[in-house]
Amino acid sequence: MTTRVVSESTYIFVLLALLVLTVVTYLVSRVDLGKLNVVIALAIAATKVSLVALYFMHARYSSRLTRVVIGAGLAWLTILLTLTLTDYVTRTKF
Amino acid sequence: MSEARSYLELHFRDLEQQRETAELGMWVFLMTELLLFGGLFTAYTVYRSSYPQTFALASHELSAPIGTINTAVLLVSSFGVALSVHGARVNGRKRLLAGLAVALLLGIVFLVLKGYEYHDHYVHHQVPGLDFVWTRPQPEQAQVFFFLYFLMTGVHAVHLIIGIAIVTVLWFQSYRRRYSPEYYTPVEVGGLYWHFVDVIWIFLYPLLYLIR
Amino acid sequence: MSVDGSESERDYLNVAYGVRSWLLTTDHKRIGLLYMVSLTLMFFVGGFMAVLMRLELLTPQGDLVTSDTYNKLFTLHGVIMVWFFLIPSIPSVMGNFILPLMIGAKDVAFPKLNLLSWYVYIVGALFTFYVVVSGGVDTGWTFYTPFSTTAANTHVVSTTLGIVIIGFSSILTGLNFIVTVHKMRAPGLTWFRLPLFVWSLYATSVIMVLATPVLTITLVLVAVERAFHVGIFDPALGGDPLLYQHFFWFYSHPAVYIMILPGMGVVSELITCFSRKKIFGYNFVAFATLGIAFFGFLVWGHHMFVSGESIYAAMTFSFLSYLVAVPSAIKVFNWTATLYKGSVSFETPMLYALGFIGLFTIGGLTGLFLAALGLDVHVHDTYFVIAHFHYIMVGGMVMAYFGGLHYWWPKISGRLYPEGWAKLAALIIFIGFNLTFFPQFILGYLGMPRRYHAYAEEFQVLNVMSTAGASILGVGYLLPFTYLFWSMRYGRKASANPWQATGLEWTTPSPPPEHNFAVTPVVTEPPYNYPTSEALPEPYREAQVV
Repeated sequence: MTTRVVSESTYIFVLLALLVLTVVTYLVSRVDLGKLNVVIALAIAATKVSLVALYFMHARYSSRLTRVVIGAGLAWLTILLTLTLTDYVTRTKF
Repeated sequence: MSEARSYLELHFRDLEQQRETAELGMWVFLMTELLLFGGLFTAYTVYRSSYPQTFALASHELSAPIGTINTAVLLVSSFGVALSVHGARVNGRKRLLAGLAVALLLGIVFLVLKGYEYHDHYVHHQVPGLDFVWTRPQPEQAQVFFFLYFLMTGVHAVHLIIGIAIVTVLWFQSYRRRYSPEYYTPVEVGGLYWHFVDVIWIFLYPLLYLIR
Repeated sequence: MSVDGSESERDYLNVAYGVRSWLLTTDHKRIGLLYMVSLTLMFFVGGFMAVLMRLELLTPQGDLVTSDTYNKLFTLHGVIMVWFFLIPSIPSVMGNFILPLMIGAKDVAFPKLNLLSWYVYIVGALFTFYVVVSGGVDTGWTFYTPFSTTAANTHVVSTTLGIVIIGFSSILTGLNFIVTVHKMRAPGLTWFRLPLFVWSLYATSVIMVLATPVLTITLVLVAVERAFHVGIFDPALGGDPLLYQHFFWFYSHPAVYIMILPGMGVVSELITCFSRKKIFGYNFVAFATLGIAFFGFLVWGHHMFVSGESIYAAMTFSFLSYLVAVPSAIKVFNWTATLYKGSVSFETPMLYALGFIGLFTIGGLTGLFLAALGLDVHVHDTYFVIAHFHYIMVGGMVMAYFGGLHYWWPKISGRLYPEGWAKLAALIIFIGFNLTFFPQFILGYLGMPRRYHAYAEEFQVLNVMSTAGASILGVGYLLPFTYLFWSMRYGRKASANPWQATGLEWTTPSPPPEHNFAVTPVVTEPPYNYPTSEALPEPYREAQVV
C-alpha cells in the first residue's frame, strides 16, 4: 500500500541513474576484462532492475507481503538456475 | 466520489481491500512471468557456459547500438508510466495522459526497431530454420544462440504488445475521466505490468547484445 | 445464522435457471460445479484408456492393440489423468466451492478470473479431444526429447499446446486462491485459526503459480522445435535432451505435490470431524504443508537418475528427496495421533480418509525406495514406479477426492447421499484398488518394464490379478457416480450441519445462498473446536451490521 506519494524528482533522478548505468554497461562491454565482463554486466543489470522495482514499481513503499512475494519469485528462479547447473557444472564434458 | 464507489465490487468490504487485492494479484502474476522467462534464462545460461566462444561471435552479429537505444527507450517509457500513476494519484490529468502516451509511443518505437533488427537478421541468413547460414565453425552452436535470441526477444515482444494494448485502454479510460485519486487501481496495476516488461529487457540486453 | 423456514428457499442453485446463468456465472459455487462435471467426464475418458490397457495386458502377447496404439493409450491416459483430472480436481471443485465459505468470504478475490479459468480449462480439454479423435499422441505424458520433437509422428504440437492452455487455468486458479486467502478472510480469522484445508490449498496454489510457468515455456519450446525443426533439445541441433528433462521435471515433480496436498487437506478435515477431536499438532501440520511445497521444488532430478545427469547432481537430488519425505511423515503421524483416543465413527468420508492414510503411506514409503540411487537403477521404468505413483495418486488422492465429495455433498447439493451404498462403494474401491496395484509392485521388482504392450510369460498371473482388480475398481467408481446423481433428486434433504462439524462452511444453509453470508461472521475460536462433552458450543457469532 503506497502510503507515500513518491515525488516527481525522485522519478527523474532514478531515470537518470538508469540511463547512466546503461551507458556504463555498454562502455564496459567494449573493454576486455575476461570473466569480470559478465559479472559487471549482471551486477549493473541487477542494480537497474532494483531501481525500477523499488521506485517505479513502488516496491520500496509496498507492504511486507508484496516484498515476500517478490522475494519468493526471485528465490524460485534461483532454485531453477542453481539446481539445474549442479548437473552441468559437474559433468566432465557436455 | 460516488463514481469511485460504483467501482466497488460486491464481494469486497471497501475500495481499499479491493485495491490491495488487485495489487497483490498483479504481483503474484508477475512472479509467474518471472518463472516463465526464467526457463529461457536458464537455458541461455546452460548453453552460454557450454559454447562461450561461439556465443560471443554470434552476439557480435547483433547491433549493440540499436540494443542500447532500445534499452533507453524502454527505460524512458517506464518513467512515463510512473509519471502517469503519479498523475492519477494527485489528480494531475495532464501527467496521467502524457505519461501513458509517452509509454505507448515509445513502446511502438521499440517494436519498430526490433522489427528492423529481425528483418536485418533474416536478410543475413541468421534466422534458424529459415535458410540459416554460419560460415564459421560450430554452426549448430550459433544456431542455438540465435534460436534463444529470437525466442527470448520474441516472447518479450509479445508481452510488450500486450502491454501496449493495456496502456492504450488505460489512456482512453483516462481520457474519459474514469480515474480519480480515489480510484486509479487499473493504472497502478497496468503500470506494474509495463515495468515488468522493462525489467525483463534490462536483463536481456547485456546477455544477448554485450557478450565478449 | 439461522435457517429460518420463513426465509425464501433461495440458494445458489435455484436463484437463477437456464444455461446462461450457468455459463456466465461468477459464483464460485457454480463454477465449482462446472468443474465437477468437466472433470468427471475427463476422468471417465482417461479411465477408459486404462481399461483398454489392462485388457491388453491380460495376455503376454500384444494381441488386442498394436504397440503404436498402446503407446497412444498410455500417453493419453497420463496426460488426461494428470492435467485434466488430478491437478484441477480438489482445488477447482472443492477449493472453489468451499474455500470462500471456509474463510467467511462472499466469493474469491477475482470471480470473473475464476470463470475464465474454467473456460481456459475447457479450451485445453477441446485440444485433447481433438487429439484423441484424430490419431492420438504416443510420446508418453513426459514428452521426452528428441523423440517428441523429431521422431514421433503423432499430434505432439496439439497436445502440448492443449497442456500449455490448461496450464494457464492452473496458474489463474492458484493466483486467485493465494490472493483470496491473504485478503478475504473474515475478521478474527487469523492464519492459525484457519482450517488445514485452507493451508493446503494455499500451499498448492503457491506451487501452481511458481512451477507451471516453467512447464509452459518448456512445452512451447518443444512445440516450436517440432514445428520448425530448430531448437535446443536436439543433439543434432547442438542441444541437450537432458535440459528438457530438467525443465519438465522442475514442474512435474512439484506437480505431484499440487495433486496430493489438497487431498491431505481434506483428510485433515475428515479425521478431525469423525474423531470429534482437534488435530494433533496443528502448527506442525500447517508448517509441514508449507515444507512439502518448498522441498518438493528441490528434488526433481530424482526422475533422471539413469538419464545421464551427473553423479553429483544425482546424489544431491537423492539426498533432498529423503528430506521431502519428512513433512509427509509428520502429517501421517499427526493424523494417527488425532485418531488416538478420539471418538471415531466410520461414515463414508472417514472410510476414505483412513484408506488414504494407509495407502498414501505405502506409496510414500516406496518413494523412498526409488530415491535410493542404487535401487532406482533396478526399478526405474518398471511397474514398481507405476505402482508407487498409483498408490499415491489413486489410493491417496482419488480417495481423498471421494472423501471430500461425500463430506461436502450435503452442503453442495442440499441432499444426503445414501450411506449404505456409499460404504459399499468405498469398500469395493479399496479392494479393487489394492488388487489392481499391489501386484504391480511385485511385477516391477521382478523386472517387468512399463510402457510395453507385451511381456514375458512369467508375469501373466500377476497381470491377470491386476486386470481383475481394475474391473472391480471400475465398478466401484461407477457407484458414486450413480447414487450421487440419484441423491440430487431423491436424497433426503440435508440440514445446515449434518456432520456437526466445525468450520464456517457449516454455518450456512445447505445449499448455501448465492452470496454465502448475509452478515460477515467474526471468528473468535480456534479451529476444530470439537467439544469433549455432549453440548456443541456456539463458536461463531455474527458481526454487528454497520
